[in-house]
Amino acid sequence: MDHRAVTPLLDAHLVVDRGGFRLDLRLGIAAGEVVALLGPNGAGKTTALRALAGLVPLTDGRIRVGDRTLEDVAARRWTPTELRPIGVVFQDYLLFPHLSALENVAFGPRCHGVEREEARAVAADWLARVGLTGHARRKPRQLSGGQAQRVALARALAVAPDLLLLDEPLAALDARTRLDTRAELQRHLAAHPGATLLVTHDPLDALVLADRLVIVEDGAVVQEGDAATVTARPRTDYVARLVGLNLYRGRGSGRAVEVDGGLTLTVTDPVEGDAFVAFPPAAVALFVDEPHGSPRNTWAGTIASIQRHGDNLRVVLDGPVVAAADITPAAAAHLDLTPGRRVWAAVKAAETRAYPA
Amino acid sequence: MTVRPRGRRRSGRTPALLLVPAAAALAFLVLPVVGLLVRAPWSTMPQRLTDPGVLTALRLSLQTATIATLVCVVLGVPLAWLLARVEFPGRRLVRALVTVPLVLPPVVGGLALLLVFGRRGLVGGWLDETFGITLAFTTTGVVLAEAFVAMPFLVIAVEGALRGADARYEEAAATLGAGRWTTFRRVTLPLVAPGVAAGAVLCWARALGEFGATITFAGNRPGVTQTMPLAVYVELERDLDAAIVLSLILLVVSVAILAGLRDRWITAP
Repeated sequence: MDHRAVTPLLDAHLVVDRGGFRLDLRLGIAAGEVVALLGPNGAGKTTALRALAGLVPLTDGRIRVGDRTLEDVAARRWTPTELRPIGVVFQDYLLFPHLSALENVAFGPRCHGVEREEARAVAADWLARVGLTGHARRKPRQLSGGQAQRVALARALAVAPDLLLLDEPLAALDARTRLDTRAELQRHLAAHPGATLLVTHDPLDALVLADRLVIVEDGAVVQEGDAATVTARPRTDYVARLVGLNLYRGRGSGRAVEVDGGLTLTVTDPVEGDAFVAFPPAAVALFVDEPHGSPRNTWAGTIASIQRHGDNLRVVLDGPVVAAADITPAAAAHLDLTPGRRVWAAVKAAETRAYPA
Repeated sequence: MTVRPRGRRRSGRTPALLLVPAAAALAFLVLPVVGLLVRAPWSTMPQRLTDPGVLTALRLSLQTATIATLVCVVLGVPLAWLLARVEFPGRRLVRALVTVPLVLPPVVGGLALLLVFGRRGLVGGWLDETFGITLAFTTTGVVLAEAFVAMPFLVIAVEGALRGADARYEEAAATLGAGRWTTFRRVTLPLVAPGVAAGAVLCWARALGEFGATITFAGNRPGVTQTMPLAVYVELERDLDAAIVLSLILLVVSVAILAGLRDRWITAP
């Protein structure tokens, strides 16, 4: 189903000015859709989430959920947090320490006017869904990190929010717990009928959990799309690093793209005007002497650093362009690689991807 | 909570320049109490303890101090919340005003109360004419005087606890649909309960020992406004042994209640 064809459940234009920093973000999320807001620290992801929750006032713009306008600066309309149809999972969960897991989950329904017994039944049902029936009476400090995360999710979902907001929901967990919790979280997010916004700086969380990625840097969207598009065609260095590609911007004319640094790369996808060229580090071959023949892009550079990267070595080259190359230890042994050494890099045109900027 | 290291943390001797004044301070604080115990008329203690005058003063003291503490909690906790959570112009000034009774000599406080709540005072006159209510020189006046001097202890303790509590729990409550009052009642108050309890105990102890403001504003009428400290003062001129007995009772009661509450409330959970 194409979510963008229908009117999105969340339709927001968030503008927040905060002492020199400006967030300006348009965001639409359809019912049932999970959108990941991905970006480096300080990009404004959490500010966006807090603005949607009404914890930070907008400087300009508006927030609509369904047919309700929650906030509209021009129309001087503002809805306090407690009246917004939202659920939030905070980064460190913020489970109320004096309440049991059950009472934490029942808190939301109680505030929405549900009778005590019924709220407890709803809470027990949610704890069962996240697999914590036996932990209902425990206080938050008696729960493990993964369990606390699930209680926080159950607490946010127990009010049946139209908009579910998750702030780095897996960041506080250790690697092993994160793996299990991520899989379980994906199941719950897929089942959530409302719109979901996930804020994260972990590309894996975003790729596994989200239907669509929105990438923000310095308070603005730099790229958005589904995981396949974003990973295949990164548009900023940050995204390229996330998905592990070398990325260059330049001007294309046909199958040649002149990138910054004066280097012209031959590509197989014809492009005209401003364009990006991307290729994986594994596509970069290194040679001691200048290679000849075959449709290759070649240039000379000096080795800036060498690090282990999985079973291979990742060599970072300085030169007309900065490039990462992944080579096998066997190849490295032949090349006698040391930082500062001058080598030739080669990339086949067929291994590059070129697309308009 | 601090973790106490087992054994000496650092080798070397404790410097005498610190040890001697510390020992002197301890002796200075403990010796007067020891003096009370040594000079107490133990042989006549049973009769004196059951003296109706003693029991009346004790009952009055406990009642007024407890009611004054309740007044302080009911009025002081919201004031502390306002100071800790709401930005308003003049907040620093308000905070300074709250601490005035703390540094004001209690006698001056009592006089000030008299000028406002006395029968010819600003508010007291109106109360007297409109409702026929008199505060000065009544048991209510005692409660008023005690609350006046004790309230800052509670406000300061609770404000400190509120500032130390993570306000993001209140944000979490708001995202779950809790308005400010529900958040205060179900999240903020339970989180700062140890602070409120500590403040209330301090407040109660201060109210129990109150003398200057009470005698100035409420007078010294046995059975009506004569609390234990006032009784001690009166007996001091008539019968030293009686004064000592009253003082001992005051000492035992306050230490017992402080110790009892301390285990229950003040130590961190």
